[in-house]
Amino acid sequence: MSIDTSKVATTNATTPAKASKSNPVGAVATYVDDRTGLATAMKKQIRKVFPDHWSFMLGEIALWSFIILLLTGVFLTLWFVPSMGETTYEGSYNQLRGIEVSEAYASTMKISFDVRGGLLMRQMHHWAAMIFVAAMMVHLLRVFFTGAHRKPRELNWVIGSLLLILGTLEGFTGYSLPDDLLSGTGIRAADGFMKASPVIGTYMSFFVFGGEFPGDSIIPRLFTVHVLLIPGILLALVGAHMLLLVYHKHTQWPGPGRTEQNVVGYPLLPIYAAKAGGFFFIVFGVVALMGATLSINPVWKFGPYDPSKVTAGSQPDWYMGWPDGALRIMPGWETHIFGVTISWNVMLPILILPVVMFLLLMMLPFIEAWITGDKRDHHILQRPRDAPTRTAFMVALMTMYGLFWAAGGNDIIAIKLHASINQITYFMRVAVFVGPVIAFFITKRWCISLQRHDREMLLHGYESGIIMRSTEGGYTERHLPISEDRAYTLTARERDEVFTPGSGVDEHGVAAKGGIGRRLDSIRAKLSATMFADNIQKPTREELEEARHHAEHEHELQAGLDHPAPGHEFDDHSLRNAGDVPLRGAHDETAGAGTGSGGSGGHHDDADDQPGGR
Amino acid sequence: MSGHDDSLPAVPEGDEPIPNPGLPPHEWRPTDIDPRLEKRAERQVATLFGVATIALIGFFVSYFVFQIGDEWDTIGSLGASNLMLGGTLGIAFLCIGVGLIHWARKLMVDEEMVEIRHPASSSDEDRATTVGLVMQGVDDSGIGRRPLVRNSLLGALGLVGLAPIVMLRDLGPLPGDKLYHTIWEPGMRVVRDVVGTPIKVSDLQIGDLVNCEPEAIFALGDDGHRLIEGVDLQIAKSKGAVILLRMEPDDITPWAGRENWSVQGIVCYSKICTHVGCPISLNERTTHHLLCPCHQSTFDLADNGKVIFGPAARHLPQLPIEVDDEGYLVAQSDFTEPVGPSFWERDNTEREDAERDQAELEEAE
Repeated sequence: MSIDTSKVATTNATTPAKASKSNPVGAVATYVDDRTGLATAMKKQIRKVFPDHWSFMLGEIALWSFIILLLTGVFLTLWFVPSMGETTYEGSYNQLRGIEVSEAYASTMKISFDVRGGLLMRQMHHWAAMIFVAAMMVHLLRVFFTGAHRKPRELNWVIGSLLLILGTLEGFTGYSLPDDLLSGTGIRAADGFMKASPVIGTYMSFFVFGGEFPGDSIIPRLFTVHVLLIPGILLALVGAHMLLLVYHKHTQWPGPGRTEQNVVGYPLLPIYAAKAGGFFFIVFGVVALMGATLSINPVWKFGPYDPSKVTAGSQPDWYMGWPDGALRIMPGWETHIFGVTISWNVMLPILILPVVMFLLLMMLPFIEAWITGDKRDHHILQRPRDAPTRTAFMVALMTMYGLFWAAGGNDIIAIKLHASINQITYFMRVAVFVGPVIAFFITKRWCISLQRHDREMLLHGYESGIIMRSTEGGYTERHLPISEDRAYTLTARERDEVFTPGSGVDEHGVAAKGGIGRRLDSIRAKLSATMFADNIQKPTREELEEARHHAEHEHELQAGLDHPAPGHEFDDHSLRNAGDVPLRGAHDETAGAGTGSGGSGGHHDDADDQPGGR
Repeated sequence: MSGHDDSLPAVPEGDEPIPNPGLPPHEWRPTDIDPRLEKRAERQVATLFGVATIALIGFFVSYFVFQIGDEWDTIGSLGASNLMLGGTLGIAFLCIGVGLIHWARKLMVDEEMVEIRHPASSSDEDRATTVGLVMQGVDDSGIGRRPLVRNSLLGALGLVGLAPIVMLRDLGPLPGDKLYHTIWEPGMRVVRDVVGTPIKVSDLQIGDLVNCEPEAIFALGDDGHRLIEGVDLQIAKSKGAVILLRMEPDDITPWAGRENWSVQGIVCYSKICTHVGCPISLNERTTHHLLCPCHQSTFDLADNGKVIFGPAARHLPQLPIEVDDEGYLVAQSDFTEPVGPSFWERDNTEREDAERDQAELEEAE
C-alpha cells in the first residue's frame, strides 16, 4: 500500500497547513477506510465476474421482491393496529360504517381508504409476496434442472429450501393479519390442523390462541411473527445465501473458453451494478403497476371476520393451494382407539405430507450425491436433458404439485366445467399418484431422445433442409457440420458412470464392507443404474474422428455429382460449405459480422452464428 | 480477453472428443463503432431517465390532487388516487430500470472477463493449523481433564434450554372440558343469526334453511349492553352457530334415541364442519345435503348428519330441539358431543354406540 502524498500539507508558512483539495467522495472513502479497512475487503469483489444468462435472473426476482416487501411492509406497519379489540368502523367505506369490527380490520380499512397511497402499498405488498414465493420456486427449479445444487453448493440449496418454507409461512401469517372473513376462515382451518395433531393438538391450539378459538391473541401474535421473527430469519438466510453465492462464484453454462476452473462474464462494476440495480427498478415498477391496476385481497368485500360465516369458494393464496388440495381429496379416515382420536384425514395431508415433501426437497442434493458417488466440485451447468433421471424426477414432483394444486380448486373447476365435484375428487385421488409416474417416464424418454439428437448432430451434422436426389432416384437430406464452438459446447459435459459395488468409488474401501454396507452398495448400484444406464453418452474422440472422416468422404462424393443449375443458388451455397472440413467451421461469409446472411440459407446462419476459433 | 486462453490445452484431454477452443474474440457492437448510434443510445438512456423524472413529478402531483375517502372507487373502481400513484411510480421505476440496463448493454464496456475459481475448501495446511489451534484451545481449557466441570456445565446448560419452554406455559389456559360444551342449554331459543328473532314452526316452509344462533348471544343486560361481548361472544358464535332445516318428517331417519330431536320435520345441526371447522353453508334443497365450501365435505341432514362425501370423518352434531310455551323453537339440551374438528382426546364412540343401538333395534324387530 503506497501512501497518498496528495493530502500531505504543502506549506508551513503563515497560512495554516491545509491538505490539498481532493474530491469529496474520495475523502469519505478515505475516512471510512481509515477506520474499517474496507478497501482490502472490496478490492476483489468490486470487479467480480458474473456469467450472463437469462435464467440467472430468476433468483434476482425473488431477492428484489423481498426488498419491496420490506419497504412496503414498513409503510403498512405505520398504520396497522395488530389488535382484536372491538371497535366501530367509522371510515370512508360506506357499506361497513357503523359495524363492529376488530381494530386490525378497521386499521386495514383505514390503510385502504383513508391513507393516500395506502391501498397501493397494501396491494404492492400482497403482489410482491405472491411473486416472491413464485420466483423462489422457479429459481429452485432452474437450479435443480441445471445441476447447480451439486457440490459445493448443497448447503446453499438447503438455505434456499428454508427460505422457501419461511417465505410460505410468512405469506400465511401476513394474509391472516387483516382479520377479514377470508383470513379468519384460514386461521380457523389452521386451528383444526393443530387440533388434529396427536397428543399435544388441543394444548397447542389453546396455547397459540391464548384460550379457545378465536380468542383475542392470535392477531397480535401472528403480527410479531410476521414482522419480526420470520423476516429476521429470512434476512439472515438471504444474507448467507448471497455470501455463499459470492464465495462459490456463480455457475456458468459450458462454452468455448469456459471451464470448471474459471468463470467468464462481466464485472460487477459497472455491468452488473447497472443490470441488477436496473432490474430492481424494473421489478419494483412492475409490482407498482400491478398494485395500481390489479385489485388483490379486497378485504372490504369480504367483511370482518365472523366465526359463524363463510364465503363460498374460500381459497388461500396460491402457494398454500397444494396442501389445501391434498386436504380436499383425502378420504375421511379417522381412527378411534383406546379412547383417543387419530385424524388421518387432516394429519396426513396437512401435517405429514408437506413436511415429508420439504424434507425430500432439502435432501435432494445429498440423495443424488449418494447415488452417483460424485465428490467433485461442479461449476459448469448441465442441460436438463443431460441428467434425464434427475430432470424426470423433478418433473414428476412438479406434476404431483400441480395436481394437488388443481385439487385445491376442485370447486372452481367443477363450476367452470359444469362437472361433478365428486368425480373430480375421485379422479384426483388417483391422478396424484399415477400422474407423476407417467410424467417421469415421458420426461426421461424425452430427455434421452434429445441426447440422441445431440449426438447425431455431433457425428453427422445438423439437418440442413436440403433434399438431395441420388442417381437411383432416392431422396436424402443433406447434413451439414455444426461449428466447432457449438460442437465443443455439446461435448462439454461429463460421462455418466454407473456405480458398481466394490468399484472403489466408495470412500470406505472394499475390504471394510460388512453385511449392511454391502446391501447398501447393491441398492446404490441399482439406483445408479436406473439413473444412468439408459443415458446417451457423448461420442469418444475416435467415434467423432471416424464420423468426420465419413462425412468428408460423403461430401466429396456428393460434390462431384452436383452441378450448379439455374434456380439452384441455394444448393450452390451449400456446396461451397461442403468443401470445408467438417467441424472446423470457419466460414468466410459468416466471419464478417453476418454480411453473407442476405443470400444464404437461414439454417446455415443459425448454426454458424458463432465464428470459429481458428 | 484474447481469443486464445493459454491455460487451455490445445489437444483434448483423455478421450474428450474436442479441445476447448477458447473464448471467441470480442465482437464490437454497433454502438462501439458508429458514433451516431452511440449518440443515439446516449439520448435514449437520457430520455428514459427524463421520463422517469416527469413521472415522479406526476406522482407528487397526484398525491395532492387526487382525493381518497369518498372518491375511492373512481376510474373503474380502482380509485383515481391509487391508479395515478401506482401508475406514475411504476412508470418512473420502469424507466429508471430500463434506462440503466440499456446503458449497460449499449454503452458500457462489454468485454468478457475471466476470473479463476478457487476450490471452496481451505488448503490442507490451513486445515491442519486450524485443527491444531482448536485442539490447543480445548487442551488449554482442560475440559478433557476435568469431567466434573464439563458434566456440571452440561447439566446446567440443559436446564437453561428448558427455561424458555417453561416460560411459554402462560400462552394460554389448559383446554379442560371447554371443547365439550357450547353455550346452548335446555330451553334456549334458536334465533336468526343476524337479527336475533326467535322462530316458530310455522315460519319455515318445507326445504327452508335458516342460519341460527343461540339466543344468549343477543341477550341484553339491564343497561342495554350485551351480556356476552368480545372474546366470549366470538367463542360462543364459533361453537354455537347452528342450521335449521325443515323437510318432510318422513324423510328423516333418526338414530335410536334421536327420534324426538326434531320438531315436525325441522332439524337443527351444528354449522361447524367436523373436518377443520369451517362454517357450512351450501344447502342442496332437494336432497337435504349440506356442503362445506372449504373442503367440500357433504353431510346428509336427513340421516343424522352423516358424511356422504369429502374429507370429513365425523357426522355433524345434532342439537335436539322442541317447542316452548310460546311456540318458539328451543334447545332440549346442549350438544351431546363436541362440535367442530376432531381432536386427540376426543373419545368418539357415540356414533358407534348409535349405530350399535340401531342394529339392535332392527334385530329386535
